[in-house]
Amino acid sequence: MLQLDHVRRSFGGRTALDDVSFDVADGRLTGFVGANGAGKTTTMRIVLGVLAADSGEVRWDGSPLGDEVRRRFGYMPEERGLYPKMTVVDQLVYLARLHGVGRAAARHRSLEVLDRLGLVDRARDTLDSLSLGNQQRVQIAAALVHEPRMLVLDEPFSGLDPIAVDVVVAVLRERASTGVPVLFSSHQLDVVERLCDDLVVIADGTVRAAGPRHELQARFARARWRIVVDDDAGWLRDQPGVTVVELDGPVALVELAAGTDDQAVLAAGLRHGPVRSFHPVLPRLAEIFEEVVR
Amino acid sequence: MTPDLPAADRAAERPGARGLLWVVARREMAVKLRDRAFIVSGVVMLVLIGAALVVPALLAGGPDRVAVLDARTAAVVEATGAEAVTTSSDDEATAAVRSGDVDAAVLPDAGSPTELRVVALESVSSVLVLGVSEASPVELLEPAEADPLVAVFAPLAFGVLFMTTSLLFGLSIAQSVVEEKQTCVVEILVAAVPVRTLLAGKVVGAAVLAIAQTAVLAAVALGGLALSGRADALPAELLPSLATAVGWYVPFFVAGFLLLAGMWAVAGALVSRIEDLGSTTTPVQLVVMLPFFATVFVNSPGPALTALSFVPFSAPVAMPVRMVLEGGVPLWQPLTALALLVVGAVAVVLVAARLYEGSLLRTGGTTSLRQAWRRR
Repeated sequence: MLQLDHVRRSFGGRTALDDVSFDVADGRLTGFVGANGAGKTTTMRIVLGVLAADSGEVRWDGSPLGDEVRRRFGYMPEERGLYPKMTVVDQLVYLARLHGVGRAAARHRSLEVLDRLGLVDRARDTLDSLSLGNQQRVQIAAALVHEPRMLVLDEPFSGLDPIAVDVVVAVLRERASTGVPVLFSSHQLDVVERLCDDLVVIADGTVRAAGPRHELQARFARARWRIVVDDDAGWLRDQPGVTVVELDGPVALVELAAGTDDQAVLAAGLRHGPVRSFHPVLPRLAEIFEEVVR
Repeated sequence: MTPDLPAADRAAERPGARGLLWVVARREMAVKLRDRAFIVSGVVMLVLIGAALVVPALLAGGPDRVAVLDARTAAVVEATGAEAVTTSSDDEATAAVRSGDVDAAVLPDAGSPTELRVVALESVSSVLVLGVSEASPVELLEPAEADPLVAVFAPLAFGVLFMTTSLLFGLSIAQSVVEEKQTCVVEILVAAVPVRTLLAGKVVGAAVLAIAQTAVLAAVALGGLALSGRADALPAELLPSLATAVGWYVPFFVAGFLLLAGMWAVAGALVSRIEDLGSTTTPVQLVVMLPFFATVFVNSPGPALTALSFVPFSAPVAMPVRMVLEGGVPLWQPLTALALLVVGAVAVVLVAARLYEGSLLRTGGTTSLRQAWRRR
């Protein structure tokens, strides 16, 4: 498990990270969301040792994270880049070797990961002869090739076509299921919502919310219900303790004031006609995000 | 996807810190050896050296045949490298020259100071004429300290060798550093490998290639000399000092290369694009070229050359040159100069490692030395 403990970092007087603490648990996909400049990349660079923290500590399984463990991490930086003139397989072998994999195993694993990402027939092509989407896949292969003990991916889905997103999502889940902690940032909140087990929301260099996604959704749930009736649902406006958030003919989203009985609202609906659907709605990630960064 | 591989199995081949350095160095070498421009320039250089040494010998078409009348003259002729053909009379020898059977004839002549004359058809080898005239003993009352030809040649040879090698491979270090910065691959590398190992790997890779290229050039030059039979042309008394100088050139070259390699790497790390490389490599180029020109201009033994042979930047050229020109340089001098050079190289490499570390991840524009010195 990776833990950040009161990490601070400033650049020439400007505070980039202010007392950042959160965990990335084994076998879980942790989504890291925040606006541009919120501190996501700085945090990841500190985890990888590319930047140093001014104070605070990064721990691995309880002890300070050292270079030996860190070398076995897989990293996909926000600024993509590999050697344009090297063949795909050669650079994967090279990167695997740098991450401490033996020579024979490096070759074997490079081909294996290329196969998994559907690129094995391009292994002997130079990187710059590949399409941008395929170059992105090679970049992901580069983060996976040494079978990392931890994955840190900065915006792994940007630049990927929808099919590649699905492939990468599947690969990340597969890695997490072997017990590897995965930390990934994204500004595509719908992808994060679909993928992550845990969530860390950062804004202006401070962590605004962190924890399992379902817990956060429950915590930020605001007693919202979706109701579907046969004809117009306008009658909801006259119900005591009910605020209509959205109304579109027979479909409505309502918020109940504290102490309002949801079953009373359902009963009122049944008095107006058939009720096809009535269920509580958990907040979408975008809503939680808006609320905590406000 | 085999996380259950036994731990011992994984560790078996895993590169350690030093192994890592070689992983980096090997990639640098592989890239360079596949670089067409590098291969072509290397082959051209080899062909030029080979041609300069071998072609004249081939054109000459074997030793001259020279007609003589007696054994004493035959000895004189053979001393010049020509083949002596004994004939019975003046007329027979002259006829042989006319028929083209021999290239020339050396015949007795009471009127000449050497008591010999050279007979030839249209032109005659100057070596033969010199050889015949030198048959009389020569006494120099005040022999020159160094052969003037050698005095020009030795600094040029060592200087050109050192300058071209360190420029060629230094520039390739700088380019390799910028390329990694420009393509952003550096961030992945830095996350996996200590920055100093990365720097050391690049320098070692370039140094191995530089030494190998120097060795190949030297082998071709020596082989060419042997093939063309020109090794005899070098003054015999020069050979021991030349051998000493070449022997000392090796450690001086290695230390001098390291000294410059650190500076080249920093020059590369300070900029973000290959196009901007010129602005930071120019000072390094000056540091390579100025000592070369200084040594070539001060091409005679004296305080200036002695001073140059102790300054770290010019020592790799000036010290071997002194050894050729002066002969007996006391042993403590090259040892001290080498020690100074090594201390200089270590200092430069340490400073360079910090600057490299500080500037490597600064993308966008050119980093100043002061910014680079700060911590990341």
